Amino acid sequence: MSKRKVFQGNIIVAKAAIAAGCNFFAGYPITPSSEIAQHLSREFPKMGRDFIQMEDEISALGACIGASLSGKKVLTATSGPGFSLMQEHLGLAVMTEIPLVIVNVMRGGPSTGIPTKPSQADMMQARWGTHGDHPIIVLYPAFADEIFSETVRAFNLSEKFWNPVILLLDEVIAKAHEDIELPAKKDINIYKEKVNVIKDLNIYDRNIGENPPRVDFFKGYPIHIDGLEHDSHGYPTSDPAIADKMQHLRMQKIYHYQDEIIKFKEYYMDDAEMMIFSFGVSARSALSAVKIAREEGIKVGLFQALTIWPFPKKALQERFKKIKKVLTVEMNMGQMKYEVERVSPDDVKKDTLLRANGIPFTPQEIVNSIKEFSK
Amino acid sequence: MNKYEKYIRYQTFPTPWCPGCGDGVVLKAIAMAFSDLDLDPNDIIVIAGIGCSGRMPTFFNTNTLHTTHGRALTFATGVKLARPEKMVVVISGDGDAMAIGGNHLIHAARRNIGIKMILINNGVYGMTGGQVSPLTPQKFITETTPYGNIEPKFHPAELMIAARATFVARETVNRTVQLKEVIKKSLQHNGFSVVEAISNCHINLGRKNKMKNPVNMTKWIASRTVTKEQYEKLAPEDRAHKYPVGILQEDTARYEYSELYHKHIIPAAKEAAKKEAAARNNKK
Repeated sequence: MSKRKVFQGNIIVAKAAIAAGCNFFAGYPITPSSEIAQHLSREFPKMGRDFIQMEDEISALGACIGASLSGKKVLTATSGPGFSLMQEHLGLAVMTEIPLVIVNVMRGGPSTGIPTKPSQADMMQARWGTHGDHPIIVLYPAFADEIFSETVRAFNLSEKFWNPVILLLDEVIAKAHEDIELPAKKDINIYKEKVNVIKDLNIYDRNIGENPPRVDFFKGYPIHIDGLEHDSHGYPTSDPAIADKMQHLRMQKIYHYQDEIIKFKEYYMDDAEMMIFSFGVSARSALSAVKIAREEGIKVGLFQALTIWPFPKKALQERFKKIKKVLTVEMNMGQMKYEVERVSPDDVKKDTLLRANGIPFTPQEIVNSIKEFSK
Repeated sequence: MNKYEKYIRYQTFPTPWCPGCGDGVVLKAIAMAFSDLDLDPNDIIVIAGIGCSGRMPTFFNTNTLHTTHGRALTFATGVKLARPEKMVVVISGDGDAMAIGGNHLIHAARRNIGIKMILINNGVYGMTGGQVSPLTPQKFITETTPYGNIEPKFHPAELMIAARATFVARETVNRTVQLKEVIKKSLQHNGFSVVEAISNCHINLGRKNKMKNPVNMTKWIASRTVTKEQYEKLAPEDRAHKYPVGILQEDTARYEYSELYHKHIIPAAKEAAKKEAAARNNKK
């Protein structure tokens, strides 16, 4: 008997969170992400885990941070308008270096936008939504099996790097029912957190580039966690030398390890003369388009980014040594195309296929762009 | 060393508060309440938002968390649900709790989640330099009401009573012993509690309203507060601008939220899981 079963994308997120050991969810209902909360409201209490529906998305993320600091593995799920509200506490989580996972099932924006239609327009908000310089990790699965693996990876990365991780998802993929073989428990790789040995309360003390151990409340020492810039004890400070060190500590813990964080998939790239750069549902259409175009003799390949931030700069620059044409396909008015432009040399020709009206690209539309661009 | 000083984190001193500020009184009253109850500092967490009151957790030698403006209760909700056995204390100011954080406050009261809130009411945004708050009295001059405040104010204790908070009290920084006692009682309450501590901001509110030193201002506070018993004896027309102090509402019948979650939801879900498993086995 096949082990494959049919699940909705949102349910796969919830199942992966359970498998990853997530034991606290706080959220606020919003289409098209609500199934994640609904599923966990049913399943978490069965396992003695915590679920709470809060009064808004700001409080949902606040509760998640409080629980994370109390030793829980936490998750919240939302969509564009809720993600906007979460930016305030996302900043606090970055500043205080708290592991948590936020799922943003994107929908058409700005504002209330097109609630039940897909969009890929929160790419930059995911990177720069909260104020101030900050590091962030953003993952973006496209296929059902990736939804599971990337959700687990989001928890692992958040705990390893003491940082919030955002999982972006397309409305169509979150709402679609697809068949998937859920991995066996023994095949799921879960990061085991380092146990921190506390000496003189220097909870943030480490060298630049080191990934930190985790510190929680109620562990027998009176720690202070502060959204103000703080010293190695977590106590507020405005000392320029300390502020400088802390800024670098936070940024470098991600960028120092970006080779470990950045993940992508490549299709038909070996002899490709043209590359499509895409992600999420657009990458799925693009993969079909590449197959069609290949049948017609066009040497085109697909670079599917699974990690959006940090941006896969090194990998792309390596490809641009051979490939001199790049077509960025994204469901927005042009966001990641600027990143592609930034990392590509002048001799690489750039083109885009963009749309933000709630309708995903068909493979044929992408084939047409490939043909046009290959002339 | 006094017994309560074990709860004070001296290495983070000095405080950012102005000389004569009531916040120091509240800090000491809370530490003394901890001490009277002989709580283990490791079992306490003090959480605050932004403002002069927001800085207070820094000075407690317990687990402490300084969060965002008005939203300390949301973090506290996460902590309490995750660790129901811990003493979760939230300190807030009037701008913090009554303006930007008003929504979180009414919902915490509605849920009856076991958070102990101390709401320091000094009637002004002190940290930002003295702008009007939702608790500034009418006609008062502030940095953003240069011609006098035309907005009526909230009465936080009465608002909390209306939101069915299960423990509501009011005290003032003039009455330190009573303040400590009422905080102590609130810490012992099983459910959401709020203690409104009326305090003085002579620098950023008093100075512009003919009360430029702490003595003028605490006298003004004293002139406006009466005990609950005295208040009840007052004729309705004499009650305007008088605020009763003491415990104003106490309801011990309602379940605390995290207790209810663990005593009701988790067993109910586990029962459902058993039935589902049995149904699956029957199919096979």
